[in-house]
Amino acid sequence: MTTTLTRADIVDNLVREVDLPRQQAIDFLEATLETMIVALTEEELVKISSFGSFNVRKKAKRVGRNPKTKKEAMITPRRVLSFKSSQYLKEKIQRRKA
Amino acid sequence: MTKSELIHKLSQQFPDMSLRKVEKAVDVIFAEISNALSKGNRVELRGFGAFSVRYRERRIGRNPRTGEKVEVEGKNVPFFKAGKGLRERLNISKGSK
Repeated sequence: MTTTLTRADIVDNLVREVDLPRQQAIDFLEATLETMIVALTEEELVKISSFGSFNVRKKAKRVGRNPKTKKEAMITPRRVLSFKSSQYLKEKIQRRKA
Repeated sequence: MTKSELIHKLSQQFPDMSLRKVEKAVDVIFAEISNALSKGNRVELRGFGAFSVRYRERRIGRNPRTGEKVEVEGKNVPFFKAGKGLRERLNISKGSK
């Protein structure tokens, strides 16, 4: 069965494996995600070796259509995030039986 | 930003943690996500995004050099979807420039 890992599980691991006080573990995880977000908004690339890289791509404006009303609408230019997993992570995940 | 730059920035924010401890903590975070994915589980981090595993069906691919057909086995691949908070933040600060 698929279970979902959340912040709380990662915090538990930081407490257990790094011996951080719980509140500090919570703050540390938050700071890690926040630092990554700031880096993505500013320099558009975050590379975590043996995990993967996050990279921001710019999309030009284009004409889209509201699928419900079929009306044409301009889609504004935007930035989207893509994630490319490292070879290591790919192999680790691929090995698992489907 | 690379992982070592991330570690450096975090160690400035957590001056009471040794550099080794900051390194260990960052490794634990990404190892946890990788391990969950390798067991086929999802990882959901509100405001950031969700990691999951998607299955790619087996298909007939081609060797790009020779043009020869090769069968590519079905496989599991990691997938990341940015959360609403992150998507919005990418499109306010500098996005409209």
